[in-house]
Amino acid sequence: MTINFWPMFPEIFVSLAACAVLVLDLYVREEQKGNLAYIASIVTLVLALIFTLGGFSHERNIIMGGLFVDDTLSDLIKAGVYLITIGVFVYSRDYARERDLFRGEYYVLGLFGVVGMMVMASSNHFLTLYLGLELLSLCLYAMVAFQRDSSLATEAAMKYFVLGALASGILLYGFSIIYGMTGSLDIQTVHTAIAGISPDNIALIFGLVFVIVGLSFKLGAVPFHMWMPDVYHGAPTSSTVYLGAAPKLAAFALIIRLLVGGFEDLYGAWRDMLIIIAILSVAIGNVVAIAQTNIKRMLAYSTISHMGFFLLGILAGNESGYGGALFYILVYAVMSLGAFGMIILLSRSGFEAEELDDFRGLNQRNSWYAFLMLLLMFSMAGVPPTVGFYAKLAVIQAVVGADLVWLAVVAVLFAVVGAYYYLRVVKLMYFDDATDESPFRAGGDMRVMLSINALAVLLIMPWVGSLLDICKAAVTGLTG
Amino acid sequence: MALLSSIIWLPILGGILILATADENNPNITRKLSLGFAIATLVLSIPLYTQFDPQTADMQFIEQLNWVSAFNIEYFLGIDGISMPLILLTTFLTLVVIISAWCVIEFKVAQYMAAFLILEGLMIGVFSALDAILFYVFWEAMLIPMFLIIGIWGGTNRVYATIKFFLYTLLGSLLMLVALIYLYHSSGGSFSILDFHATPIGHTAQVLIFLAFFAAFAVKVPMFPVHTWLPDAHVEAPTGGSVILAAIMLKMGGYGFLRFSLPITPDASHSLAWFMITLSLIAIVYIALVALVQRDMKKLIAYSSISHMGFVTLGFFVFNAQGMEGAIVQMISHGFISGALFLCVGVMYERLHSREIASYGGVVNSMPIFASFMMLFAMANSGLPGTSGFVGEFLVILGAFQVSALYAVLAATTLIFGAAYTLWMYRRVIFGAVANEKVAGLTDINNREILFLSLLAAAVLIVGIWPFPILEVMHASVENLVAQTAVSKL
Repeated sequence: MTINFWPMFPEIFVSLAACAVLVLDLYVREEQKGNLAYIASIVTLVLALIFTLGGFSHERNIIMGGLFVDDTLSDLIKAGVYLITIGVFVYSRDYARERDLFRGEYYVLGLFGVVGMMVMASSNHFLTLYLGLELLSLCLYAMVAFQRDSSLATEAAMKYFVLGALASGILLYGFSIIYGMTGSLDIQTVHTAIAGISPDNIALIFGLVFVIVGLSFKLGAVPFHMWMPDVYHGAPTSSTVYLGAAPKLAAFALIIRLLVGGFEDLYGAWRDMLIIIAILSVAIGNVVAIAQTNIKRMLAYSTISHMGFFLLGILAGNESGYGGALFYILVYAVMSLGAFGMIILLSRSGFEAEELDDFRGLNQRNSWYAFLMLLLMFSMAGVPPTVGFYAKLAVIQAVVGADLVWLAVVAVLFAVVGAYYYLRVVKLMYFDDATDESPFRAGGDMRVMLSINALAVLLIMPWVGSLLDICKAAVTGLTG
Repeated sequence: MALLSSIIWLPILGGILILATADENNPNITRKLSLGFAIATLVLSIPLYTQFDPQTADMQFIEQLNWVSAFNIEYFLGIDGISMPLILLTTFLTLVVIISAWCVIEFKVAQYMAAFLILEGLMIGVFSALDAILFYVFWEAMLIPMFLIIGIWGGTNRVYATIKFFLYTLLGSLLMLVALIYLYHSSGGSFSILDFHATPIGHTAQVLIFLAFFAAFAVKVPMFPVHTWLPDAHVEAPTGGSVILAAIMLKMGGYGFLRFSLPITPDASHSLAWFMITLSLIAIVYIALVALVQRDMKKLIAYSSISHMGFVTLGFFVFNAQGMEGAIVQMISHGFISGALFLCVGVMYERLHSREIASYGGVVNSMPIFASFMMLFAMANSGLPGTSGFVGEFLVILGAFQVSALYAVLAATTLIFGAAYTLWMYRRVIFGAVANEKVAGLTDINNREILFLSLLAAAVLIVGIWPFPILEVMHASVENLVAQTAVSKL
């Protein structure tokens, strides 16, 4: 029997490249450390992008005895992960160098995390899904703890690790119950088996509850969100930017593969759970964010509310909702990357631009960056013409289409609450006087990248339609 | 030729160009460039009038392109007799605002001018969008430059005012967005406003949709009791911001009622007409009394705006052609008059840095030319025949009489109250003994100020004496709208 390895070539390539970087880094002189890893990682990601897109939009390809699937959805998510991670590496370089965090290990962990996300995106089996998730999580724990002399970072990493391990356990427990009921861990087989069982079966719902709890923890949805603000705040910003953007894309794959691919026939049950989780996330995320003075914590709570919005698309339970949710998460990843990039830009050696007040008078200091941050903030608030609006539109229209108009109304009311704290950032930048006049020190690549990143949320406007079409195409035929 | 698109995008691109080429040390280039773009946009918008066919109620100058095919959203523009005059009002007043800001704004000139030009393009977009999402995009995007205009160049309490303004309008708009999405699903997957007009909707749904639209448009108009953001925003905004806010942005609420509420939910409009008329009459009478006791000139004009906009909503909900035409003329005329009055306050504020009525007195002695201009605008604000203020109010009262004499009588009290608060303010500021040395030392208006005030004076008089050109273009569209609202959609 011959096995066709080609569909998983990008995964193999990135894993090998990560190992190579790890080994080569040992032979680099101390003062050059990091440089090689940095360049090699970016090249790896660019090549992986080419390999993945080279096989883009071919038909569904299930290999490895049903463990691994290569389809439009996985390719799209992988492409998003590469691009976002390239952005993360570019943004974090100078920041890491100034804080003695510029080491090969950072990039190795980053690349292995990317492999984890790729495996999650391509998994067709509960075990592959779990392996991908754990590979990613372990890299994230280590990256949060990367600044080893910072007690804040260590505390955050411990918290993250303990809670993350607990959540993984809960998720596995859920899988085991499902396995007991269906006799399989293969997503298609589970799907067929569930179709033969009554959707009111208590044991099945019981297993589903554990799965949803595990997923909600990984997403950071209320009431499993408590780790988010501490981890976002405690981790060095170079790790927060990694943590905050690309893994959300992988989490989308996780959710869509499990809930839609596997548990489609339990829609009624998981919809009701997700409604509660989504409302709580949107409400608590937005309200608590108002009380934050630390911008990293504020963005953590904003992430929680965005995850609530994203779940709205999933719980609509139709292809337009899943497509909308995918679009939302892609847009969110781009905005989050830009916002953390902006925090990194404002940070200098020995000084962390973590407080909201550090954005005071940015328009006087540099009106271009203030404008970019303005775009990002309005996009996060969902104000047109920025792309954040189209993301919210896509999700809300799916919710209204699923006859949940009341849910749409609740969501938009909390979006108004959310607008307040984004406006506060704009207010600080534009209406207040600067207290700090020091100039920005950032490499040319970072300036260009950040400008492209932030302008994208505005200039993507004419192509929103095509992007939505791609997202919709990616989520069709998942159960086939 | 894509005329509407060019009128929308020319000022927006112009604004971006001005931002990109800004030189803080040499703001004159920026000013001239902005003036050039404003004039070019005004000139481009003239063919909308000259090539307009007043015989038909159909949309004209249509542009339709596919945009977001997943949701059937189109780049769909077109105008009728209701939106066309409002577009001309926008291009005209933006030019006036650019002239009026010429040497008043010395701080971040390029950002100021660019904000107004971008705002102009977005406002024209609101008036010409025929796709609901396109409309919504322009409608919300408009908040961003206005938010910055009030927040950066405003008065002492500007941050509170601008955040209040933004959140108030955002709340209403998002509820409207949900209604628009609901309509998208019930119209079988179209976001075209014209398709919404033809979609049958049940009564309960109509009432809910009407209330969602009400949340968006009533805040913008603003109607009593959601008007409280307006006095704050007006007082804190720089003069140009007040002018655009009062003269055009408030009209968008009225336009929204005409384009969305009335034709999409005619049955709900009829069954809730009592509610709308009551709120309008409260605004006309009660807010006029509130205006009477103001000490701050800008606040007084702001309350006067709310009172006058009560006439507009009254005119809509009496459901006859006189009422609606009167309301539209009132919107345009109020655009000229409130804009002019805010500019007058701006002229005095630049010289004395006070908006308090009590700081002035006897201004006529030092500024005779200015006093006569302001006299004209004050008279127009109180609805003197021969000025534009009279035409709209007269037609609305005429329309109201056909429904109920009580409405008409209550509405007519504004002729007394309006005259009372405007002329009383005018007397205290302009006439009487010279209040203090600062007033005695005032210099009369210069040529630039004469220029923009006479542009507005001409507009007020022309519309007042010969309103036929405006009434003519809107007549077919208004008749069509009245017919649409008379047909049940249940």
